[in-house]
Amino acid sequence: MAILAAINPALTAGWHQPDTRDMGRDTGWRLKDYEARGGYQALKKIVTDKFSQDQVIAEVKASVLRGRGGAGFPTGLKWSFMPKGAPEKYIVCNTDEGEPGTFKDRDLMRLDPHAVIEGMVIAAFAVGAVRGYNYIHGEIYELYQRFEEALAEARAAGYLGSNILGSGFDFDLFAHQGYGAYICGEESALLESIEGKKGQPRFKPPFPAQVGLYGKPTTINNTETFASIPYILRQGGQAFLDLGKPNNGGTKLFSVSGHVNKPGNYEVPMGTPFAKLLEMCGGMRGGRKLKAVIPGGSSAPVLPGHIMMDCTLDYDSIAKAGSMLGSGAVIVMDETVCMVKSLERLSWFYYEESCGQCTPCREGTGWLYKMVHRIEHGQGRPEDLDLLDDVAKNIMGRTICALGDAAALPVRSFVQHFRDEFAYHIEHKKCLVPPDIQRAGSTFHTRLMAGATC
Amino acid sequence: MLSEATLKNIDREVAKYPPEQKQSAVMAALHFAQTEKGWLSRDLIGYVAQYLGMPEMAAYEVATFYNMYDLKPVGKYKITVCTNLPCALSGGVHAADYVKQKLGIDFNETTPDGKFTLKEGECMGACGDAPVMLVNNVHMRSFMTPEEIDKLIAECK
Repeated sequence: MAILAAINPALTAGWHQPDTRDMGRDTGWRLKDYEARGGYQALKKIVTDKFSQDQVIAEVKASVLRGRGGAGFPTGLKWSFMPKGAPEKYIVCNTDEGEPGTFKDRDLMRLDPHAVIEGMVIAAFAVGAVRGYNYIHGEIYELYQRFEEALAEARAAGYLGSNILGSGFDFDLFAHQGYGAYICGEESALLESIEGKKGQPRFKPPFPAQVGLYGKPTTINNTETFASIPYILRQGGQAFLDLGKPNNGGTKLFSVSGHVNKPGNYEVPMGTPFAKLLEMCGGMRGGRKLKAVIPGGSSAPVLPGHIMMDCTLDYDSIAKAGSMLGSGAVIVMDETVCMVKSLERLSWFYYEESCGQCTPCREGTGWLYKMVHRIEHGQGRPEDLDLLDDVAKNIMGRTICALGDAAALPVRSFVQHFRDEFAYHIEHKKCLVPPDIQRAGSTFHTRLMAGATC
Repeated sequence: MLSEATLKNIDREVAKYPPEQKQSAVMAALHFAQTEKGWLSRDLIGYVAQYLGMPEMAAYEVATFYNMYDLKPVGKYKITVCTNLPCALSGGVHAADYVKQKLGIDFNETTPDGKFTLKEGECMGACGDAPVMLVNNVHMRSFMTPEEIDKLIAECK
């Protein structure tokens, strides 16, 4: 994939369009290309103008950059939590991108790995870290190898290692590979995983800024968050903020998947109307009607299409509508979709990926899946809908990490907004959306396969 | 038990971490061991644990926790298809059905000639490229239409 369109791009300006199939033919990601589009200028500016650590953090605070991994926590504030003076501190990048619907970090790593490196070096300078790791999703091993090449280039050019650009500041950075566990996208599970253990989340507090990797103070941010840093230091925090809207600084990558004509990544300013994004995606596939949108990755509550059409793409607008901007993964579903079947697949995912540490999540995700499964397969009971909500409610807030909530929120929102469809399934033991209409929903399906609907 | 080249790869990973944190390299080490031997036997996991100076049980916990490790023999080509919701909306499930039909196997099965194993995968972070498949945990293939699947199968000699 690639960036298919952008408005006022801060992150993707100057990117080369890749071959959609052959990553080996990608161009524009190497050091010389990055430098040609202004890369490492931010780092040079910090060194030449002798920025203090506090000045860098102040600039990031002024940008109102909010964590792009999903939680939306203000980045500058997070950095300021790091204790001064501790001798051993770490910077960690979370590229364990496995939230269904999210595929922006893959493009960042593919087409602009040096922006991630530069962002991490600046972060390391700001918090006083001497070592960093980028934890890379196991399934993108080809990009893990590319990142290692980029690291070697940066080291050779003096952007990494000891006495960076003659500043007296030392920092080295390494790639760490994941190997197929969604839970490692949770920051404390990710730290456990770097330590060579099962990725099971830790109790918080203490937060990573106090007790992080190897028990040392650690700042952990998402890939896109780090990639946004060079622009902020180059152009100023205010300039980044001005790209977006108050309390929602900058532009953001939105990964659009599902029933649009052109699925892919789009960079747009925060606050852009959803309707505009949909238009940039070439509209709905086959001109069909928009039914529902999951606006922030599979863990975000689903919204009916007509509610989403009134939203703008920023943390506040989508929260007001009852969902979350999350990681900016916009999953678009048209009228051919069976909501029960869709929820069944998502519930399976959370059941499969629960780390098993907390009883409400380990058992509850299984119960949720089994109930949605039986409704989908014509064995649902009238009391199931209230029971589903009850089980989901009893998982929420009772687990160490957010995976429990992430499993419960889709269930509650699907049932809340599409209750009629679930009730129809239970009563009639079949789907409200006729099979032939469902068959039209998948391009692969209509071209080749028959059958296999509800 | 492992070749010089694999051990060299493991040593390179070990060097990324503080000297007292060799265990941090276990995920990469198990990956390299699996790449060389095809799958992770108990003995192999034990060998990796010993090499990194960690308890065998701790390495076994890692090998069983992460989905991409194979604890049983698999075919020469392991094809993993993402069927999660965003991929399914763009044909992921039907792409998997096509591979099943073509190879005559279901998920978690291996063809009688030992050439192909088919796995159902979870999100690979490439939903915009759906249908998406991962070959031997390394090579990601995008936009897997029937023609592309035919091509992929033909390439797997």
